[in-house]
Amino acid sequence: MNAVSYLELLRLTLPEIALTVAALLLLTLDLTLLRPSPLARRFSVAAFIACAGCLAAIALVAASSATASLPDGMFVLTPLTHVVHIVLLVLALLTVLLSTATRFTDHVGEYIALILFATVAMMFLIATENLLLIFVALEFLSLSLYILTGFDKHSRQSAEGALKYFLFGGMSAGFLLFGMSLLYGLSGSIELPRIAAAVSGPSLDPLLLIAIVMVAIGFGFKVAAAPFHLWAPDAYQGAPTVSAGFIASSSKVASFFIFAQVVTLALLPAAGTAGYRGYTPGWVPVIAIIAALSMVLGNLAAIAQTSLRRLLAYSAIGHAGYMLIAFAAHTPESLSALLYYVITYALASLGAFGVLGALEAEGVDRIRDLAGLNRRAPGMAFCLLIFLLSLAGIPPLSGFFGKFFVFAAALHAEPHLSLLWLVLLAVAMSAVSLYYYLGVLKQVYVTEGPADAPPLRIAPPTRIGVWLLAALVVILGCAPSLLLNWFSIH
Amino acid sequence: MLAWTIYLSFLGALASRLAPSKQAARILALLTALAGLALTIAAALHWQPGELLTVARVPWIPQLGIEYHLAADGISLTLLLLTGIAATAGILFSWNIENRTQEFFAFFLVLIGGVYGVFLAFDLFLLFVFYEIAIIPKYFLIAIWGSVPRDASGEKAGAQREYAAMKLALYSFAGSALVLAGMAATWSVSGGKSLSFDALTRYPFPVHFQMWAFPLVFLGFAVLAGMWPFHTWAPTGHAAAPTAASMLLAGVVMKLGAYGCLRVAMMLFPAGLGPWGFHFLGLGSWRDVFAVLAVIGIVYGASVALVQRDFKFVIGYSSVSHMGFVLLGLMTLTRIGLDGAVLQMFSHGVIAGLLFAVVGRMVYDRTHTRQLHELSPMRLAHYIPFAAVTFILAGMASIGLPGFSGFIAEFQVIVGTWRALPWMAIVAGIGILVGIAFTWRALTMAFFGEPVARSHEHALPPITLPEKIASLLLIATTLVVGLYPRVLTDLILPSLNSPLFEGLRKGAWR
Repeated sequence: MNAVSYLELLRLTLPEIALTVAALLLLTLDLTLLRPSPLARRFSVAAFIACAGCLAAIALVAASSATASLPDGMFVLTPLTHVVHIVLLVLALLTVLLSTATRFTDHVGEYIALILFATVAMMFLIATENLLLIFVALEFLSLSLYILTGFDKHSRQSAEGALKYFLFGGMSAGFLLFGMSLLYGLSGSIELPRIAAAVSGPSLDPLLLIAIVMVAIGFGFKVAAAPFHLWAPDAYQGAPTVSAGFIASSSKVASFFIFAQVVTLALLPAAGTAGYRGYTPGWVPVIAIIAALSMVLGNLAAIAQTSLRRLLAYSAIGHAGYMLIAFAAHTPESLSALLYYVITYALASLGAFGVLGALEAEGVDRIRDLAGLNRRAPGMAFCLLIFLLSLAGIPPLSGFFGKFFVFAAALHAEPHLSLLWLVLLAVAMSAVSLYYYLGVLKQVYVTEGPADAPPLRIAPPTRIGVWLLAALVVILGCAPSLLLNWFSIH
Repeated sequence: MLAWTIYLSFLGALASRLAPSKQAARILALLTALAGLALTIAAALHWQPGELLTVARVPWIPQLGIEYHLAADGISLTLLLLTGIAATAGILFSWNIENRTQEFFAFFLVLIGGVYGVFLAFDLFLLFVFYEIAIIPKYFLIAIWGSVPRDASGEKAGAQREYAAMKLALYSFAGSALVLAGMAATWSVSGGKSLSFDALTRYPFPVHFQMWAFPLVFLGFAVLAGMWPFHTWAPTGHAAAPTAASMLLAGVVMKLGAYGCLRVAMMLFPAGLGPWGFHFLGLGSWRDVFAVLAVIGIVYGASVALVQRDFKFVIGYSSVSHMGFVLLGLMTLTRIGLDGAVLQMFSHGVIAGLLFAVVGRMVYDRTHTRQLHELSPMRLAHYIPFAAVTFILAGMASIGLPGFSGFIAEFQVIVGTWRALPWMAIVAGIGILVGIAFTWRALTMAFFGEPVARSHEHALPPITLPEKIASLLLIATTLVVGLYPRVLTDLILPSLNSPLFEGLRKGAWR
């Protein structure tokens, strides 16, 4: 085993360190100097430090475009991880901006610091090709997210959501660990590319198939794909809004990216095909089935929801299905398609939760509470329109191009057009999804609210965050090549 | 310059939304529509026969070979003209909207912008983008400003509007979802290099691919063209929509579907129209299938219109019938039939707009009823003669009397059908006869009813100036095209001879 220079390690992890320092700084400040200040000031100071930390980290990532690879795939930086790092940091920054309007807790420092810690965990997660580190980083991330979900101590739902999330998450970690241990047992290595080299053989080892299924179950929980989605609706509903937005955006990006890394790097030889003719076992059919189930279940269940957050949770399950199609395609462009989809999805979904968070003070949770929003807060209503239509896949918003790219990648899969059944299912389900998104927008724009409802007051940082997200959704939709260039140039 | 029809519409939408007063929003919207109309007329006048007028061509998403490619040939120009005319007339007919006026015109102009975009797009991806942009404003136009029969009030009225709006949005979206799948498959099969029409028309798609891609895409677009049995969104949607939106829905949006059928499905996958090699229920190709559906639509739409009690539903079903002629014309695969189909798109756009304007704006907004048996005792011809005269002229155009645009269009379709599919021409002829019957019935019941004994005075507001101008615009258009059809056929015919339709000409053309 080669010795790792600690100085080198420090240099490579500078962005993560910057974020950690910011988190510790704001934690200390909040616990000492700011203790007697009013809540609003504590939030703004903490958010300011967190934003500065994120910006510093973004600058550091952007400045060091170096590629690096530590032994055993412990820490791998490639052009693509830089891109995902920046995306995660931007999402964290926007999450912090949106969270400044939060008033349910007086543990300000801890709340913001946890968001940053979770981001650090995600940055480590995507910058490694080592099974052990993947697991450690994933657990670090999950722990932060459990706490963020249960942060609202006064709410039973928050505790319930967190407990469910924790129990399911713990179980999924068990599956994942089991699958990983099988992979190690089969290959004798914990480094993803070496596993691929070791498991490549003329026929598929039954044990490898079990490992594939276990890994798929483990990650399936993390990305909330059916039938491992049961925690999602409760967690989304119970969690404080910004936490829910964070779970739906950043953690989705990171989990999907690492899921893709594991299956495409480690299990490359065991792909198989999911065509309706010429089916061969491997991870592609497993993913294809999970994708089909997620799309059908997520989209159909979303129709029946009366709570906006549960609706977003089920729609998230449906979207996980679309993203898994990009996996199942297993073509050169499928990683690009997946990243584009997941990033734009994260933006739109964080935005939708951001709008919800802004309305939280008014006690808006049910879809019908949104009635008359257009008159009370036209700006927020317009942003919600953009986010939901992007999720539904209406051009020129970014969700549309994501969908097209995923479908095109899937139809490019070998053998030719073999995934047509999956694409047709996805297309049918996207028509279903328009129904429930329009149902929400109907409340916002069509239904008249109570005549005497006063205009809503939205805190400026929230407003900035939401408008930024809406602008990103529109810009990336009108000019998808901005993001695509970024994937390929680096 | 033609590209500015799109940009101006979107800018106009923004301007009307932010307009300080209702009147300002109206005027801004009208100016936008007039500017769009002026631009299209100018482009049509400068057009050289057979030319493909490239408006813009820049790489858009180079990674996937997608271009921002706007171009117009004669067929596009015909429909762009229709859009300009219908938009102008629609805005004039919605002059009296008082509820959330600024938003109304904003949604209206976004819809118009999307429609211009579809007709101008020369890249499949771009066409689809504009096609879907048009869906959402339709939903809100109907759900917020829609009109419903008088017996439904309050909650129930809202529910009916929302039902119609949602039905329309879902049908459109489901249709476009099929197109999306077809588009992704096209991209993948053609090698992922380009989705521009000139590249795709040259690409030799395998016949078996065309055999399933053609019906997929054709069906997707035909849903919006009101093809039987996927037409049910049309009458409910048209009836529930506010007047200007019905005019646009029937007049222009249904044409988007028909245009997509021609421009995408038929132009790109001509081999999909060829024979299957076997017969099923006497049908030997997709062409036979869609021709039969079109003929059923003609007769069914007209027959259902004959028994409607609601004046607006009569016009709604008549649209289904008239759009059947468009689809039938396309399926003749003859030059004259296709020419007739495109002419019918234009002609029906103008005539349906006029009919909906009479029903929705002139009659309903004054009498607040659309029930024919309630209108009958009012003897509207006596009180609003202008509306009666307009409806008579529009009805004459609609049933295809010579001198109006409907005649030349339907005549060409029938001739084309006679050459290609003779027995269908006979059935379609029956459809025309039924069309005369329902128009006559609606006309007499709505305007020339028997006065009842207890005659009470109606104090109906007089027809306003914007209504008169818009009606005259539409009537003049249908008369000009009817008396001198070469204004449009000179645009359409050379375009059908262009290299773009070569596959269609070589393949199944007769």
